Amino acid sequence: MTVILNEGDAAGTTGAASGGPVDAAPEPGKAMTRGRLVLIRFMRNKLALVGLVVILGMYLMAFVGPLLSKWSYDTQDYTAFLEPPYSEHIFGTDKIGTDMFALTMRGLQKSLIIGLLVALISTTMAAIVGAAAGYFLGVADKALMWVVDLLLVLPSFLIIAILSPWFRGKSWFLLVLMLAAFQWMITARIVRGMTLTLKEREFVKAAKFMGQPARKIIAKHIVPNMASLLIIDATINVGSAVLAETGLSYFGFGVQSPDVSLGTLIGGNAESATTFPWLFLFPAGFLVVFVLAVNWVGDGLRDALDPTSTRVRRKEKKDTKEKAA
Amino acid sequence: MAGFLLRRLVNYVVLALVATFLAFTLASATFDPIGVLQQRNPPPPAASIEAKKRDLHLDQPIPQRFVTWMGGVVQGDFGRTIADRPITDELGRRIGVSLRLFLLGITIGILFGVLLGVVSAIRQYKFSDYFATLFSFILLSTPVFVLGTLLKMGAQGINDSIGTNVLIFVGETTPGFQGNWFEHLGDRLQHLVVPTLAIALGQIAYYSRYQRSSMLDVLGSDFLRTAQAKGLTRRKALFKHGLRTALIPMATLFAFGFGLLVVGGTFTERIFGWFGMGDWLVTGISAQDTNITATVTLFVAVCVLFSGWLADVLYAALDPRIRVN
Repeated sequence: MTVILNEGDAAGTTGAASGGPVDAAPEPGKAMTRGRLVLIRFMRNKLALVGLVVILGMYLMAFVGPLLSKWSYDTQDYTAFLEPPYSEHIFGTDKIGTDMFALTMRGLQKSLIIGLLVALISTTMAAIVGAAAGYFLGVADKALMWVVDLLLVLPSFLIIAILSPWFRGKSWFLLVLMLAAFQWMITARIVRGMTLTLKEREFVKAAKFMGQPARKIIAKHIVPNMASLLIIDATINVGSAVLAETGLSYFGFGVQSPDVSLGTLIGGNAESATTFPWLFLFPAGFLVVFVLAVNWVGDGLRDALDPTSTRVRRKEKKDTKEKAA
Repeated sequence: MAGFLLRRLVNYVVLALVATFLAFTLASATFDPIGVLQQRNPPPPAASIEAKKRDLHLDQPIPQRFVTWMGGVVQGDFGRTIADRPITDELGRRIGVSLRLFLLGITIGILFGVLLGVVSAIRQYKFSDYFATLFSFILLSTPVFVLGTLLKMGAQGINDSIGTNVLIFVGETTPGFQGNWFEHLGDRLQHLVVPTLAIALGQIAYYSRYQRSSMLDVLGSDFLRTAQAKGLTRRKALFKHGLRTALIPMATLFAFGFGLLVVGGTFTERIFGWFGMGDWLVTGISAQDTNITATVTLFVAVCVLFSGWLADVLYAALDPRIRVN
C-alpha cells in the first residue's frame, strides 16, 4: 500500500509528496504515512472489512473446498438423483446425481478466475490507453472518445453475444480477452481526463524538460499518480466482469461446456428453480454474495483512498467533534 | 436551443448507423448459417444449400450485403430470417411487447429511484437512509437473471398461499383468452406485474444511488440556504430549487440507463417467456441469423438514440445555461 502517492488533482493535498493530510489525528511514536492512513480508514469501514473477508474466503473455498469434499464434479452418485441438501450431499444433487457442492465450487473457480483476469487486463489497458491518449492527444484520443460513445449505443453484451459462435469450442481464455476488450473504455476516459490535468503539473513538466522520454513520464509520473483510481477500478471491475461473464454464460454465449461457471449453472437450472430450488439457489447465492462483497470493498477503498470523499470527512468531523466535547 | 438539439440528433443518427453496421458486419463474419443447415439430419441436398446461400446473399461481400439490407430497411423491409419468414411481419408485435415492458419498467424505476434517492439524501445517516443503501447495494449486486427467477419463486409462493393464480409469470397474455376489453386488460396486468418488477427494482436501486449523491451535493449549496432565508418553506426550497438542480446530472444517466435496460430486458423476456425483441436477439444469435441480429441491434440503437436525445431535451429544459447557448 505504501506505493500510493498523493493524487495529483485531489483538492487540498497538492504539493506534499508524503505525509498525512491535515485531518488525520497524529499518533505519538509512529509517523503517519499515507499507506497507514488509508489502512486505518479502510479498517474503520466494517462493511468493507466483511466484504474483504468474504472475497478471500470465497477464493480459498473455490480452490480448497473441492479437495475436502469426497464428491467430484465428474462423478455421479447413482443412489441420489435430484435430492435436496442432506448430510451426504450438503448442496443436494442434480438430475444425473452429480454433487451440487462440487459443481458449484467448480463454477465458482471459473467465474472468480475470469473476474480477476478480466479486471487486471482491462484496468491495465485503461491505464495505458487512457494515459497515452491524454498525453499525446491527437488521433488516438479522438478514436478513444468515439469508441466510448459507440459503446453506449452498442452494449458490449450484444457484441460478445454476436461473436460467441466464433469462440465456441475454443479456450475460455478467449472469453476473458473479449470481456476485457470491452471493459476498459469508460475507465480509460476517466484516466484520460486525469492525465490532461496531470500533464500540466510542475513535476511532469520538469521531467519533460529534463529530457525524459514520454513513455517513461507516463510510467513513472502519470500512472502512479492515479494509483487510487486504478485500484478502485480494478476492484469494481472484478465484480462487473463476473456479472458480465455469468450473464453471457446464462444464455450459453459465454463459458462453454465442458467448462462450468456460475452463469452456466444458474442458466441451466433457472427453469427448474420453482420445483428444485437448491439447484438454482446455491450458485445464485454465491454469485450475489461475491458481487456484493466486491462492491462493499470497492466502496470502502473509495472512501479510504479518496481524500475528497465526503463520507469519511463527515465521519472524521463527527469524530473530532465527539472528541472535543 | 433548436440548433443544439438538431446537432445532437445528427450525432445520434450517425452513431446508430455505425452501431448497426458494426453489428451486421460482426454477425456476418462470425455466423455460419450454412454450417447449421448442414448439420441437420438428414442433411439437405447440395442444390438447396446453394439456393440458401444465394437467398442469404452469402455470395456477396459483407459491405454489399449491408447496403442491400439497409436499402430494404429504408423502405420498411427488414429482410427474411433463415427460415425464410419476413422479419417485418413479426417486428411490430415484438416491439410492442418489449416497449410495454421497458417503458413501464423505466418509468417506475426513474420515479421511485429519484424519490428514494431524495428521501435518502434528506434523511442522511438515519435508519431509512441506511436501509435504502443496503437495499440498493443488494439489488445492484443481484443480476436480473437471478432476481427474475427469485421473483418467479416468490410469485409461485404467493399463488400457492392464496390458492389461485393471481400473479402469472409465463407469457404476456393467456393464450386463447376470451372476454371484453376490461377482462383483457386485467389478464395483461396479471402477466405484467412480476416481469415489470424484475426490471424496475434494479433501475430503482441504480438511480437512487446517483440521485442520493447528487442531492447531497445540492443540499450543502448556498442557493438552497438563500432560498430558505428569503422565506421559502424547507419543502418548497428542496423541491423547487434543490431537486431541480439535482436532476440535471441525472439526465445523462437516464440515457445511459436505457442501454442497460435493454440488456436486462433480454433476460427478463427469456425468463418470463415474453416474445419480445430481447428474446428474438437470443433466438437470432443461437440460429446464427444475421438479419434478426442486425434488426434487434438497430432497435436497441434507435432506443438508446431516442432516450439520449430525450435526455438532451430534458437537460435543456432543466438547465437554463444550455438553452441560452
